[in-house]
Amino acid sequence: MNTEIYLAIILVFMIILALVAIHAKDLLSAVIAQGAIGYGLVLCFLLLKAPDLAIVQIVAETITLIIMVAVLHDSTWVERRLPMCRRDMVNYTMALLLGVVLLYYFIDAISVLQPFGEHTLRMSEVYAYKAIELTGATNFVKGVLWDFRALDTMGEAAVLFTTAIGVLAILRLKGKKN
Amino acid sequence: MTLYILCFILFLVGLYGLLISRNIIKIVISLTIVEISIFLLLIMVGYISDGIAPVVFDAQILENQAVVDPLPQTMVLTAIVIALATNSMILTMAIRLYKKYGTFDVHEISKLKG
Repeated sequence: MNTEIYLAIILVFMIILALVAIHAKDLLSAVIAQGAIGYGLVLCFLLLKAPDLAIVQIVAETITLIIMVAVLHDSTWVERRLPMCRRDMVNYTMALLLGVVLLYYFIDAISVLQPFGEHTLRMSEVYAYKAIELTGATNFVKGVLWDFRALDTMGEAAVLFTTAIGVLAILRLKGKKN
Repeated sequence: MTLYILCFILFLVGLYGLLISRNIIKIVISLTIVEISIFLLLIMVGYISDGIAPVVFDAQILENQAVVDPLPQTMVLTAIVIALATNSMILTMAIRLYKKYGTFDVHEISKLKG
């Protein structure tokens, strides 16, 4: 019960910070608010008994923050406020309509889910209870990641390296001056 | 149930930012918020109230102790890394666009493309 209350408090803070990030006057404070949301997610992971995820999220969030601040340092963190045009009104209407449609499907989907904290293991029973016997892994998340689904992890690593190559290629490119 | 609804509100806030922002950096931030809300929802679905973290050193413990579902945690671990990769890719493109056009505003960039 305590976990739920703590999670609800952190989530409310995350929602407020998200609104701050979207409506911030300058980009640097928006980036900092986004970092705070990421570290709030770390706290949620710790409360939800996912220590591996907390470690990975701390690393990923820090790298994202460093890249974002580096980008802003290299350009500008002043956001120019231009008057609203007709395209903005279309975007607001789209946001509202998409919100309503997604709300309908969310209510549809949430009725199938079990209430918070009453999950039953179905497919992952083998992953949880046979991991020590089959793989010798004491950390089941790593057991799934490196043994039961090692091919998926290889695909993930391939995506990561492809992105690194892409980032290098884009950054090395000399822009055409015209 | 309240927690799922709060997660959905976070998702909607991110979607709203994604649609109304004109600045590329703000669009990336909104995308990150959407990603974060989905990660949190997936982990919440796999949570068991009296379960322990899926790190157990002795198989005997599992006989009378529930354990939190490790499968959503694994998938979200993969998704976090992929999200980091996509974010750094978008930011790299944003800095190239800024170097070429001198602005982060998507409307101005589409006007200037000429």
